[in-house]
Amino acid sequence: MIEFQQVSKRYASGQDALNRVDFAIDRGEMVFLTGHSGAGKSTLMKLIMLMERPSQGQVIVNGRNTVGLRRSSIAHYRRQVGVVFQNHQLLFDRSVFANVALPLQVAGFTDADAGRRVRAALDKVGLLHKERLNPITLSGGEQQRIGIARAVVAKPALLLADEPTGNLDPELSAEIMHLFRQFNELGMTIMIASHDIDLIERMQKRVLRLAEGRLVFDGVSA
Amino acid sequence: MRRPPVRQTRPSRSGGARRHRTHWRDQLTAWQAHHSTSAIESLMRLLQTPIQSLMTWCVVAIATALPATLFVALYNIQALGFSWQNSSQLSVFIQTDAKQDAIQQWRTALLDSPAVAEVVYISSAEALEEFRTHSGLGRLIDDLDANPLPAVLLIQPTREASRGQPLQALQASLTEHPLVEEVILDMQWVKRLEQLLDLATRAVFFLAVLLALGLLLVIGNTIRLAIENRREEIVVIKLVGGTNAYVRRPFLYTGLWYGLGGGLVAVLLLNIGLWWLTEPVAHLVELYQSDFRLRGLGAIRSLQLVLITGLLGLAGAALAVTRHLGQIEPQ
Repeated sequence: MIEFQQVSKRYASGQDALNRVDFAIDRGEMVFLTGHSGAGKSTLMKLIMLMERPSQGQVIVNGRNTVGLRRSSIAHYRRQVGVVFQNHQLLFDRSVFANVALPLQVAGFTDADAGRRVRAALDKVGLLHKERLNPITLSGGEQQRIGIARAVVAKPALLLADEPTGNLDPELSAEIMHLFRQFNELGMTIMIASHDIDLIERMQKRVLRLAEGRLVFDGVSA
Repeated sequence: MRRPPVRQTRPSRSGGARRHRTHWRDQLTAWQAHHSTSAIESLMRLLQTPIQSLMTWCVVAIATALPATLFVALYNIQALGFSWQNSSQLSVFIQTDAKQDAIQQWRTALLDSPAVAEVVYISSAEALEEFRTHSGLGRLIDDLDANPLPAVLLIQPTREASRGQPLQALQASLTEHPLVEEVILDMQWVKRLEQLLDLATRAVFFLAVLLALGLLLVIGNTIRLAIENRREEIVVIKLVGGTNAYVRRPFLYTGLWYGLGGGLVAVLLLNIGLWWLTEPVAHLVELYQSDFRLRGLGAIRSLQLVLITGLLGLAGAALAVTRHLGQIEPQ
């Protein structure tokens, strides 16, 4: 599903964010990406989202090499990748429903179809009864669940989450992780960047650990 | 460079993105739906900040109404000029010491001339009376010892003699007559007026082009601010796979609304101005005994004006959008 081949990323400032990173993630896997801040987790995610391009190497996602992808194809490419952000990136000028519907609107779903899918996604994260509210009135945990609903509403093949529990207490974090595990059981490939070691160990999933831009560990954490 | 070893595995049938690809007919419906929602939502956004929007509309309207007013003025003057040109009347001023009989005799003779269609005689007394009624200077005239106005023969040439060489020949022959003080051909200043109008039209056109460029920049700048205000939203839309066209659409509609609204206000301003001028113009025209009426833009031209400003708004928005949307990328 995701394949990095000798990927390096050097920013214009001269900073080496990633150095010859090599790994492959199969369809349906759930993988944690960990490491200290500045280790290159965000850069790796940005490369998959095509927010950044690699300086060297190949990034292949869903059977497609992203290196040759034209700018005009980026929008369509992103529709197959759902993303959850640490700061959830919700829009506070519209309702919960409108926030979750955004990826469907963009992809050209009809209103009726979109409405059904939005409600299904909100139901899964347990916030169907709050669809009309403005997300600014919700708690941090709820906002993060809205962000997750938005990321999965178009049923993407791949779900990325960048520090999804970064601002949450352990109980809420566990809830969020439970949600991710459910989506994974439905066949979604999931990659979660996190530095919450305890949480990762409890999940008993494959872990990729980065340190100073290099992949230093790949396996189920012990 | 070596081609990268791309794994050419086609996504399986159950592959996420493929499975959920929407039908093209649905896509088309959604595209139309997004056009109409963008159009409506952008208009609503403008109406939510009425004062701000009205100010932009007024800027657009004033920049449009200025050249439009000048065009209407020129158009009216031209119409006036044309109605005079067709008359091409010769005014023959008779020497003040001329005898009534002699004038009447000459008038009869003139009517026999093949070049003359009609001769109207206005005696100096009649001229004075007319001047008294229409000029509003009656009191002043009463104070005069003698009538200063000469008698006039208004000569309407026949159609063949009303232009070019025959007209000049007629004018020359009239000037030579012993009773004549002066012959004035109205044509000449009509021609000069036309040349002046031609010049003025070009000047107004140039002014219109300058103001149109100004409009483009004003609307472009307004749209740039709107883009800045919605930066966050643009980033999110791009992250969830919104195409540039999708992001662009609401801003283009905003520009269109600014243009169309401004055009409408301009037409309104122009008509208020015309309505305000109608009465004084009617009075003035009465003095000249003309059937001239002040003409406005008319429905078709008003519509054209609104469309043109609408297109200018769209172009200004397109300018801002191409310039600024590309710079907003998720970081």
